[in-house]
Amino acid sequence: MPPGKRQLVMGNMACMRGAIYAGMRFYAGYPITPSTEIAEGCARELPKLGGRFIQMEDEIASISAVIGAAVAGSKAMTATSGPGYSLMQENIGYAYMIEAPCVVVNVQRGGPSTGLPTKVSQSDTMQVRWGTHGDYTAIAVAPSTVEDTFTETIRAFNLAERFRTPVTILLDEVIGHMQEMVSFPEPGECEVVDRTRPTCVPSAYMAYGPTKNCVNPMPVYGQGYRWYATGLTHDGYGFPTDKPDEVVGKLDKLRNKIEHYESEICKVRAEYMDDAEIVLVSYGSVSRTALQVAKLARGAGVKVGFIQLQTVWPFPLKQLRELLGNAKHVIVAELNMGQIVGEVERIVQSGTRVHSLLRYDGDIFTPMQFLAKIEEVRK
Amino acid sequence: MSIAAKEAGARQDSDVVLRYLRPHVKFPNMWCPGCGNGVVATSLIRAIDKLGIPRDNVVLVSGIGCSSRMPVYLDFQALHTTHGRALAFATGVKFSRPDLKVIVITGDGDCLSIGGNHLIHACRRNIDITTILINNYIYGMTGGQTSPTTPAGAHATTTPFGNTEKQFEACDLARGAGASFIARTTVYHTTQMDRLIMEAIQHRGFSLVEVISNCHTYYGRLNRVGQATQLLRMFQEKASTQPKDPNMVDEDSKDMIQTGIIHRDTEKTELCDEYQKLTDSLAKGKSS
Amino acid sequence: MSSTSLLEVQIPEDRFEIRLSGSGGQGLVLAAMLLAEAIGADPTKSVIQTKSYGPEARGGASKSDVVVSTGEIYYQKALKLDLLLAMTQESLNKYYPDLKQGGTLVIDDTLVSKVPTEDYYGLSFTRIAKDELKNVMVANVISLGAIAAITDVVPLDALLTAVLARAPRGTEEVNRIAVETGYQEGLALKQKKGQPATV
Repeated sequence: MPPGKRQLVMGNMACMRGAIYAGMRFYAGYPITPSTEIAEGCARELPKLGGRFIQMEDEIASISAVIGAAVAGSKAMTATSGPGYSLMQENIGYAYMIEAPCVVVNVQRGGPSTGLPTKVSQSDTMQVRWGTHGDYTAIAVAPSTVEDTFTETIRAFNLAERFRTPVTILLDEVIGHMQEMVSFPEPGECEVVDRTRPTCVPSAYMAYGPTKNCVNPMPVYGQGYRWYATGLTHDGYGFPTDKPDEVVGKLDKLRNKIEHYESEICKVRAEYMDDAEIVLVSYGSVSRTALQVAKLARGAGVKVGFIQLQTVWPFPLKQLRELLGNAKHVIVAELNMGQIVGEVERIVQSGTRVHSLLRYDGDIFTPMQFLAKIEEVRK
Repeated sequence: MSIAAKEAGARQDSDVVLRYLRPHVKFPNMWCPGCGNGVVATSLIRAIDKLGIPRDNVVLVSGIGCSSRMPVYLDFQALHTTHGRALAFATGVKFSRPDLKVIVITGDGDCLSIGGNHLIHACRRNIDITTILINNYIYGMTGGQTSPTTPAGAHATTTPFGNTEKQFEACDLARGAGASFIARTTVYHTTQMDRLIMEAIQHRGFSLVEVISNCHTYYGRLNRVGQATQLLRMFQEKASTQPKDPNMVDEDSKDMIQTGIIHRDTEKTELCDEYQKLTDSLAKGKSS
Repeated sequence: MSSTSLLEVQIPEDRFEIRLSGSGGQGLVLAAMLLAEAIGADPTKSVIQTKSYGPEARGGASKSDVVVSTGEIYYQKALKLDLLLAMTQESLNKYYPDLKQGGTLVIDDTLVSKVPTEDYYGLSFTRIAKDELKNVMVANVISLGAIAAITDVVPLDALLTAVLARAPRGTEEVNRIAVETGYQEGLALKQKKGQPATV
């Protein structure tokens, strides 16, 4: 598929294309509906580019191989859905701990357990934030169109490389399997970020030493730096420690390197917000319908605003506090039993009421469901 | 050999080992005095040194357990991963960077219990990774629980009345799964260990060296076998380069430890080579 | 705030909604993709194709929606169908209620016997594929040809281009004939019946 040409593309394929555009050359995965097309696409495309595709024995092995390739020097990715994402959790935590840049795609389906393999859901939103044990700060992006999926996948890689951390792309069955006409940008059109490399002599290198922005340069394997990576809490050299000040230093670093850069990471789309009294907050495939509803409501003279969380984690606290300052009602629409709504409740002023619009039967909201909810709130 | 010559040899040997230890790490190490893990570590160093492999090309990958702590002491690129997953991580390192020498350090619990699936699939792929499996028949780090290699009847803290389960033979398992180099030795047989590790590293394909080791702290104590020296003597007595008697007519044969190279297939194709051929042929197809 | 009830707001009908339905293995998801690609070749049209499917690769219910608009498409799936293709009795029973009043119904009368309306286009896609083209696999492509004739949602040449671009090597000819056969059959039937449905 040449860039520039308008073509019919599936969301999962746009994700694969975006990853390759961002420089992903290593993919390890395990088949699972509704994400499998990403693996199939990588199996076809990566060997042509001198990259590597491997179908591992399970999802635990997949994320392990991805982290192995990432620390050895590659941009690496895996894609899965709920059950596989659950299996990956321990090693996603390992990636947070050793600060390995990598990208995990979760094409969400209904859960818990095997759930609804072929039906849409957004019920892994909180798992992305809290799925692995321990304290850490997560980054997750949530595209809403096929075109978005391409550019947000590039952004996910850029964030992973910039902040040396795993980044989750939250897709869902609808966006993953949906096909739209898109034309991909030419190479060079979109910014691609690469991790910084150490410039010091190997003997002076500290894998996790003090830095201005909390992110350390990361050497390629085989160049003499011989750093030690461990899931054990470690000191500036990467060696295990249980000294209280070093433990606190490490955990603070994991948090600060993301929270201090919220404005750089968080992306929020806001429409019709100037005088909005009722605000629709959504993310992922749901946002398209929400935007139309805001537009329709405005046409009918009802002051409805629209906010789309393009970055779900870290939760865009500052931007949302500012945007929701004057709202009377906030309707948080999600395809789950109410997950991100709790984050919204935590940040609104006392004069703002927060409502949930929920659906968890395996389908997306219709415009009528949104309109009915707004009516209910207005009464 | 005179005593003076022996001492000079030992000094030379320890000079080699010292060159490969990490300058930032505090010694003594975390292992119990007399633990076989240190014996394996020094053997690995000697093997790499003798082979003349550039130090920066070596990557040590390990999981969780006493033996998996080895890479923290050795001054090579190191990836100390999660429990059981060392081979899966190593697969990512090796498959993305076939130019690196990837060596996995693992134990019987790490490799054969929680990591058993990754072991058989790494063997099946015949990916060029050398795995040193240090088998001490027990979980040491967590304090003496039964492992997949704990002998029938043997005591562990989770088999207080004797083990009622059957055991994995790691080498048989690897053979069945498709590994192309398989060897066994014990921590008593250090000269043989040096040679086997060297041969395993030189072998192109998946290589497994099972090193029978002593956990006198737990296995020795719980089974009243004794201290490190008694366990080493046991390894000395039971080791044989002859294969086991398949009919087990001889009672002693059951406990025998077959050492040396158990299986070697130099014809079997290796994963990274095969994939490289594929990428080369696709690139060629594009250019023509 | 305005007192207008939002429940009375009309969802703009600037879209043409198509559903191709049948059972797994009839190639309806692929057909929907080809149709979407053919329609989307016109740069003035937005198009979204979605699918709904069960665990079965063969058998079971299968449907794929194609939404077409000259503006932006928000809600991704079909709400009220302008065109329903039903390749099995089961799919017709299931999706007929979603067809809007005055919407176009196309059925495969090889496999559908009970139709709840007089106003439909019945063609024997599966029989034609099997008997005339000696390839039951192209029944889906024949139905696309018929859709191009019965509605003006997709131009014949764009459809041919899309089908041939995706046809496996060696099947280009049978696929071309399938499109043209479907088109001719559809055209003949339409002339018998009267006016086309329009976007």
